[in-house]
Amino acid sequence: MPEIVQNEPVRVRGDALQPLGVRVENVDLSYGANHVLKDVTLDVAPGEFFAFLGPSGCGKTTLLRLIAGFNQADRGRVLVGGEDVSRLPPWKRDVGMVFQSYALWPHMTVWRNVAFGLEERRLPRAQIKQRVAEALELVGLSHLADRRPSQLSGGQQQRVAVARTVAIRPKVLLLDEPLSNLDAKLRVQVRRELRDLQQRLGITTIFVTHDQEEANTICDRIAVMNEGKIQQVGTPLELYQRPANLFVASFLGAANILSGEVVGAGSDRAFRLGEVFLPIPPGATIPPGAKLVFRPQDVQITGKGSGAFSGTIVHREFLGAMTRYGVRVGGTEILIDAPFHAGDRLHEVGQEVAAMVAPEAMLWLAS
Amino acid sequence: MALALLRREGVVAVGAGQAAAAAAIALFLLLFLITPVATVIYVAFTEKGSGAFTFVNFYDFARTDLFVRSFWNSVYVSAMAVVLASVFALPLATITTRFEFRGALLIQTLGFVPLIMPPFVGAVAMQLLFGRNGTVNLLLDDWFGLKIPFMEGLNGVVFVQAIHYFPFILVNLSASLRNIDRSMEEAAQNLGCSGFRLFRRVVFPLALPGYLAGASLVFVKVFDDLATPLLLNVKDMLAPQAYLRVTSIGIADPMGYVIATVLIAVSILAMWASAAAMRGKDYSTAQRGGGGLSQRRMRRWESALAYFVVFLILGLVLAPHLGLLLLSFATIWSYSPLPDGFTLAHYTRVFGESFVYIKNTVLYASLAGLIDVVLGTAIAYFVLRTKLVGREWLDWAASAALAVPGVVLGIGYLRTFYGVQLPGGQPLATLWIMIVIALAIRRLPYALRACYAALQQISVSLEEAAENLGATKARTVRRVVVPLMTGGILAGFISSFSTAAVELSATLMLVQSSSDAPLAYGLYIFMQSPAGRGPGAALGVIAVMLVAACAFLTHLVVERSQGAQGLSS
Repeated sequence: MPEIVQNEPVRVRGDALQPLGVRVENVDLSYGANHVLKDVTLDVAPGEFFAFLGPSGCGKTTLLRLIAGFNQADRGRVLVGGEDVSRLPPWKRDVGMVFQSYALWPHMTVWRNVAFGLEERRLPRAQIKQRVAEALELVGLSHLADRRPSQLSGGQQQRVAVARTVAIRPKVLLLDEPLSNLDAKLRVQVRRELRDLQQRLGITTIFVTHDQEEANTICDRIAVMNEGKIQQVGTPLELYQRPANLFVASFLGAANILSGEVVGAGSDRAFRLGEVFLPIPPGATIPPGAKLVFRPQDVQITGKGSGAFSGTIVHREFLGAMTRYGVRVGGTEILIDAPFHAGDRLHEVGQEVAAMVAPEAMLWLAS
Repeated sequence: MALALLRREGVVAVGAGQAAAAAAIALFLLLFLITPVATVIYVAFTEKGSGAFTFVNFYDFARTDLFVRSFWNSVYVSAMAVVLASVFALPLATITTRFEFRGALLIQTLGFVPLIMPPFVGAVAMQLLFGRNGTVNLLLDDWFGLKIPFMEGLNGVVFVQAIHYFPFILVNLSASLRNIDRSMEEAAQNLGCSGFRLFRRVVFPLALPGYLAGASLVFVKVFDDLATPLLLNVKDMLAPQAYLRVTSIGIADPMGYVIATVLIAVSILAMWASAAAMRGKDYSTAQRGGGGLSQRRMRRWESALAYFVVFLILGLVLAPHLGLLLLSFATIWSYSPLPDGFTLAHYTRVFGESFVYIKNTVLYASLAGLIDVVLGTAIAYFVLRTKLVGREWLDWAASAALAVPGVVLGIGYLRTFYGVQLPGGQPLATLWIMIVIALAIRRLPYALRACYAALQQISVSLEEAAENLGATKARTVRRVVVPLMTGGILAGFISSFSTAAVELSATLMLVQSSSDAPLAYGLYIFMQSPAGRGPGAALGVIAVMLVAACAFLTHLVVERSQGAQGLSS
C-alpha cells in the first residue's frame, strides 16, 4: 500500500516558475466527418486546479491532447501564459502530461524514467541527479528508484508518472484520467495526494475525468463538456446549484427532469403533469419550452396539504443515510430522497404519499 | 519416457486418449529427432574403430587449418549477413509501421518474397546481376570504369544470405514496432524528446526483443546453410565442409560428425545468447487506457526520401527473383547486361523432364506440413490446457529442432537408419518417407509457435462453456478448439509447407535417386552446370509461383474463416 505523503512537505526550490494561465480560443477540430471540438473557448487561471468533465466521447481528452500538442486544431489557438503555442510541436511546449496508461518505459528503471526529460533538456549531470531525487521524494518513492516499472504496483506506477512529469517543472500539468487505472479505495487516497501536490507546487493543472465525484472533490473549477462543446464552466457548487442546461443538471448528481405544461397566469400559474398540477412559485421566469428540474433531496414527503401533490410509491432503495423512493405522479416517475434517522419508518411500495418541492429548489431549464 | 507421461503419484489420471497421443508424439520425437542428433554427437566423441570415449576428434578439428578457417569464415559470414540484413530490414520495418505510408501492406508482403525461394537459387541470379561480369558491374564499368566485388568469395555469400534471410528480422521487428503503444512515444515527446533521439532512446529499445529474435534466427540460418556457399564455390565454410566430408569420405569418418557437433553448439549458443539478452524484456506496452499505434504523417521531403529508400531496398532484395525470371526466359546471358534473346524452351523442357520434382515437392511438403500442424496442435493443447506430466518436455523437444542444422539431421538420419533394413533389404534411410519426416521435424518449431499463438487467443471460458453444456474433452477440442484455431493452424501449415518446399540442407543428404528428389534438389543439380541454368531458373520460377500460390490461397482461407468468426478487424 502506498503511504500518503502529507506530513513533511518537500520544499520546492526557489527557481519554481510563476504559475501560468491557459487559454483556448475558438478551437474547432474534426476527424474526418466527426466534429470532435466545436468552437471551444476556455480560460484556466494561473495556479488553478481545473477539470474537464464529461461522458466518454465528449472531446475532453482531445482538448487536453490539443493543449499538449498531440492534436492539431483546424481553427483557433492555444495560449500558455499569454504565448501562442499552437504551432509548437509537443516537445517544445513544456506542458507536462501524465498519461492515462502512465506510459512508463519498461526498458528503463524508475530513476531513468524520471531523469529522461531532464536529460533531454541537457541539464548538467549533478542537477539531473538532484532534481530526480527531489521528484521521487515528492511522491515518496525514493526507495524504489532502481526498480523497473513492471515491478511496481499500479499506485506506485502512477506516482512515477507524476514524478517524471513534474521533474521537468512544466508550465502546466495535464492529467489524463490519472485515477482510472486504480482500484476504488486507492483512487480516493491518490486524488487527495494529487490535490496536495498541486497545492504545494502551485502549478496550473488540468485534470480530465468522466467521474463527477473526482472533479468535485479536488478541482477549483470544472468545465462540463458534451458533444464537443463546453456546456458550463464554474465551481462545483455553482454547477450543482445553478446548472446552465439540462445536460449539466443531469450529469452532475441525480435530478428530476419533468416536461409539462404551464397553465394559468399571474400568481395562479401551475405546472401541469398529467392530471397533477404543481404550483409555480410567484416571480419565476420560465423560458418557453422549459422543463422543470429539481434534485431528489429537495422534495419532501409530507402529509396532505397545500402545495402538495400526491403519488404512489413504485420503487424503493434503502441507501443508509437516506432512502430513495420512486414515486409515480401523473404518469411520470419522480425520485425523492428522504434522509434516514434512527427510528424512522420507511414508506412501503404501493403506498400513496403526498410530497412537496421546495419552491427555491425549482429550476426551469430549456434543453 | 512414454510411460512416465502417464501418471505420477497423487495426480489424477488423465484421459487415456490424451496420454496415448502424448506418448505417440514423444516416441516420434525420440525416434526422429533425439536419436539421430544424439548419434551424431556420440560418434563425434568416440574413437573410430574402438568405440571408446575420446576428445581426439575435436583435437584433430582444432589442428586442421581448413576447419579452423572454415569456422571463422562461417562466423564472419553469419555476423556480416546479420548486419547487412539489418540494414535492409530496419528502414523497411520502421517506415511501414511507424509512419503513415501508402503501400505499407504491399511492402510487408513483398518483404516475404525472398524467403520462398531457396537462397542458392537466388545466388545464381545474383551472379548474373552483381557478379564480376554481371549486369551491374558491366554498367558501372561502362559508365565509371570501375567494378565492385559484390559477389567475390565470402562477400557473395554474405550478400545472398542477407537478401534471403532479412525477412526474419523484418517480420519480428515490425511486430515489435507495431506493439509499441503511442503513449510511449508521446510521453517522450511531452518531455522534450523528438526525431531520431526519440527513436534511439525509446522506440528502438522497446523493439529490441523482436530485433534480437530475428537477428539470432538469421545468424543460425546462415551458419547452417550449406547449398549457397557450395553453389558460389565457397568451400571453406563449416556446413559445406560437413557435407563434403560425409559425401566424399563416407559416413564412417568421424570428422563430419565433429563438424556437425560444432554446428549444433554454435546454433545453441547463438539462441541462448539472444534469449539471455532478451530475458525480462518482454515488453508489452499496449495497455489499458493506451492509445493504440501511432503512425506519424510524413512531410513531403520525408515521404520522398522514404519512398526512395523503400524502393531501393525492395529493388535489391527482389533482384534475385527478377534475375531468375529473366534467366528462365533467356537464350544466352553472358557478359551482357541483359539476355541476348528470349525463349520458352526452358519451361517446356522442365515440364517435360522435371515434372516429377514438382510432384514430389507438393507431396513431401504437404505431408510434412500436415504432420507439423497435427503435432503442433496437440502439443500446444497439452501444454496450455492440460496438466499432463512431462508436457513441457514435449514442447521443449519439439522446439529444440530449431537448433539442429539441416545437414546435421541429414547426417544423423543416414548414420542411424542406414543400418535398419527393410524386409526388401533396402535401408530405411533411403526411403522417400524419411525425407518427409526430416522436413516435418525441421519445420515443427514454426508450426508449433503458430498453433500456440492460435490457442492462446482462445479464452478458456469458451471451452468451459462447451463442457458445461455436456461436451466431453475430446468433443470440445473437435467442436470448439480446433474450429477456432483454424486460422492459426492454417498459418502453421503454410509456413511449414512453403519453407519445406524450398528446403535443401537436410534433403541433400537423404535423396538417393532423382525419381524421389524434390524440387530444391533438382534445382541444385540443374544450377551446377552452366547449361542447366536456364531450365533451373524455369524450375525456380515454378517453385516460387507454387509456394506463392499456396500462401495466397491459405491467406484467403484464413481471412474468410476469421471473417466468419468476426475476428478480423
